[in-house]
Amino acid sequence: MDILQILPQQLVFGLALGTVYGLIALGYTMVYGILFMINFAHGEVFMIGAYVGWWVLTGLLQAQVGGLHPAWVLPLMLVHAMLFAGLLGVCLERFAYRPLYMRGATRLGPLISAVGASIFLQNAVMLTQGARMKVYMTSLLFPRGWRVQIAGANVSALVVVMVVVAGLMMWGLHQLVQRTNLGRSIRAVAEDREMAAIMGVNVRRVIGVTFFLGSALGGAGGVLVGLYYTQIDFFMGYSAGLKAFTAAVLGGIGNIRGAMLGGIVLGLVESLAVTFMNPAYKDVVAFVILILTLVFKPTGILGETVSDGEKV
Amino acid sequence: MPIPASGWQRWLAWALGVVAVVGPLVAPNDYWIGVMARICLYATLALGLNVVVGFAGLLDLGYVAFFGIGSYLYAFLASPHFGLHLPFLAAVPIAIVGTAISGIFIGAPTLRLRGDYLAIVTLGFGEITYLLLINLDRPVNITGGPSGIIGIDPPAFAGFALSRNTEYYYLFLAALALALFASARLRHSRIGWAWQAVREDELAARAMGINTTVAKLQAFAIGASFAGVGGSFLASWQRSVFPDNFLFTESINILAMVILGGMGNLLGVVVGAALLVALPEIFRDLQAYRLLVFALMLMVLMVFRPQGLLVEEARREEETEAAVAPEPEAGAGG
Amino acid sequence: MLKLTDVVTHYGPIRVLRSLNLEVHVGEIVCLLGGNASGKSTTMKTILGVVRPTEGRVEFEGQRIDGLPTEAIVRRGISLVPEARRIFARMTVWENLAMGAFTRQKAPPAELAEDFERVYALFPRLNERRDQPGGTLSGGEQQMLAIGRALMARPRLLLMDEPSMGLAPALVEQVFDIIQAINGQGTTILVVEQNATVALGIASRGYVLQGGRIVVHDTATALLAADHIRRAYLGED
Repeated sequence: MDILQILPQQLVFGLALGTVYGLIALGYTMVYGILFMINFAHGEVFMIGAYVGWWVLTGLLQAQVGGLHPAWVLPLMLVHAMLFAGLLGVCLERFAYRPLYMRGATRLGPLISAVGASIFLQNAVMLTQGARMKVYMTSLLFPRGWRVQIAGANVSALVVVMVVVAGLMMWGLHQLVQRTNLGRSIRAVAEDREMAAIMGVNVRRVIGVTFFLGSALGGAGGVLVGLYYTQIDFFMGYSAGLKAFTAAVLGGIGNIRGAMLGGIVLGLVESLAVTFMNPAYKDVVAFVILILTLVFKPTGILGETVSDGEKV
Repeated sequence: MPIPASGWQRWLAWALGVVAVVGPLVAPNDYWIGVMARICLYATLALGLNVVVGFAGLLDLGYVAFFGIGSYLYAFLASPHFGLHLPFLAAVPIAIVGTAISGIFIGAPTLRLRGDYLAIVTLGFGEITYLLLINLDRPVNITGGPSGIIGIDPPAFAGFALSRNTEYYYLFLAALALALFASARLRHSRIGWAWQAVREDELAARAMGINTTVAKLQAFAIGASFAGVGGSFLASWQRSVFPDNFLFTESINILAMVILGGMGNLLGVVVGAALLVALPEIFRDLQAYRLLVFALMLMVLMVFRPQGLLVEEARREEETEAAVAPEPEAGAGG
Repeated sequence: MLKLTDVVTHYGPIRVLRSLNLEVHVGEIVCLLGGNASGKSTTMKTILGVVRPTEGRVEFEGQRIDGLPTEAIVRRGISLVPEARRIFARMTVWENLAMGAFTRQKAPPAELAEDFERVYALFPRLNERRDQPGGTLSGGEQQMLAIGRALMARPRLLLMDEPSMGLAPALVEQVFDIIQAINGQGTTILVVEQNATVALGIASRGYVLQGGRIVVHDTATALLAADHIRRAYLGED
């Protein structure tokens, strides 16, 4: 049957997309774990990461730099995107959110501000970069001929690279959070902010670092998605953001492993759903999953990792 | 009528009332009468959202869904699309009821959710609604897809069909007045008190014996019904509906009207609607920057004046308290 | 070493501490006694900068610390064993201790290893449970973890907020023996307690706090001996 033939292919795509969702989801989950707020503008950080990556790649192509090989071009794109996205995240926290959560304003405040920031960034990019989409010349970097066979599916090297890069970053984050002093301080602040301060942790700095890390990962996701779909526009952060958020909730908000798991599950389910039904409703899949999760198992698959009582 | 008690707001309310009544007579041209009509339309919508967000404290980021459902329902009932041409006075109530029911459906899954999550879920429903509107032209053509529905009947009373902006304006104004009246009555009714209790502290409300589930669903249904009115009016005025009339940004637009004026404050909501409809018109040349400025305004507002332009006194106090009090202690007193 | 002068602290409109005066000298154990809602925890929070005093001065080793952020105050050598333990339940015992040493990240690893050893020597049970999440420990073990965590910072002044709370009497004795031992090793201690007898048993001086104000201040022996003071201010014990 037709379906069985394309199924492995779809599954691999789903997995690849899923790891990227997971990468972006980490940004949501980390911020929620530490501040109890949904960083609505995170999708836009992801989008800007994609633009920065495009800018680097296009710049290299235009300068007619020879010997373009993903082994050095890709890290270059990623580093640029991650730095930019990370700093953007820090700015967001510092100027749009901190005045609000420090004041202990009502729950509405930070969320509205985040929505405002999201719309602002979308339009800022639209006005400065143009409303038309930009094209990632992926095929110049990853020639079409580079394909591998995995479990009966014929996939391009790009997909493999995506999974590897995303996987490595998630692993790296996990190590950082589990084994370093910085990581411990992040977890301490997430668990009990006052106590962490009494341990001598500079809470504001830790919050800033958390935003930096989460946003940097989102930016990296942007580059990967750009390479994969080859088209980027100023609006891509919106749906990607919501899906990544769904992934975070699905896995258990505040839980880093949950974000990764949620991403993969979402990617796979989405891929399978598209195989069997009208692709126009692809985005609905994510929303339905979100709603079902929040209604039936709000703590997610792996359970929430947030402390009692509301923060912000 | 909801006349505010305090000084300058009272003046403002009367002033607005006067302007509202004589507006079309002094307006510079027909275009501006259209703007005024739009203000009334959006003010009605904003009052509806105010019931959900301002009265009941439920952060609905997907209110545009109700707007769209109301519009399309009217379009189904009074256009060549399905061949139905119900009279205005029959189609509108049906659209209202239908929208109210959709409010219950959308509100139901959110009943147990905390603030942020409720917001995201309602946002999700807003998006789903949009996607349905734009895609349900296959396999069966229900919504007309991206091209929407056109040729919708205008409002007609006893054979007289509305055609001029001025006529529409007075119709919308009458509806707005009704909406204001209804909002005021609701606020001080039993439902209104229940909403306030739910908004302040849901647990305590339940402990007092309030059925919070019913209260929340009522908020959604009633809020949605306002959008049913607004949606019918849009459809019958524009004589067409398109999915792109009902994007997420519209939800935020209406929410901003509620917040700008001051949540729960009826006069504020109307002022907010007036400003957010009129200002982009005044600054037409800067149209490209409209959303940018709008977004900036939201952020700045939240930082400097979260309670809105027309401060609602009771809310002001609780914000100050929250700002001054330090973090709660872990153990017993001391 | 620590000196509070005419400190007034508010919670919103409520005045919790009224013109508080308190001193702790190097090497001492001083206890701060009082019933519920007398202002004991607020005093701790004021010292640590979690709450800012509205009036008055807090000085540590001759320098003013009121108004400084908590992180800065803690780095000067003050540690807290908080009320109700408040260990990081989701982190392991080892990680909790490591967090205790957060202010000493730049210290050579050998020194840090020494500190771990010292804590494990004081509390062998913590060594056994090294890799278990703090949340799985019993109340008494959590108290030990909280103390150990505070010690990891090598504080010169240790603040303890109701260490006996929620512990069985035998455990309370044990804990206070340990407090004495820690003092013997050179750490100055300020203990806030409801259980006056046991606190006065190890302290050299005591303050009694009532309604946010110091009502009695004397040596521990004098306080223990004066029955009427015990009954009037310290309630049942």
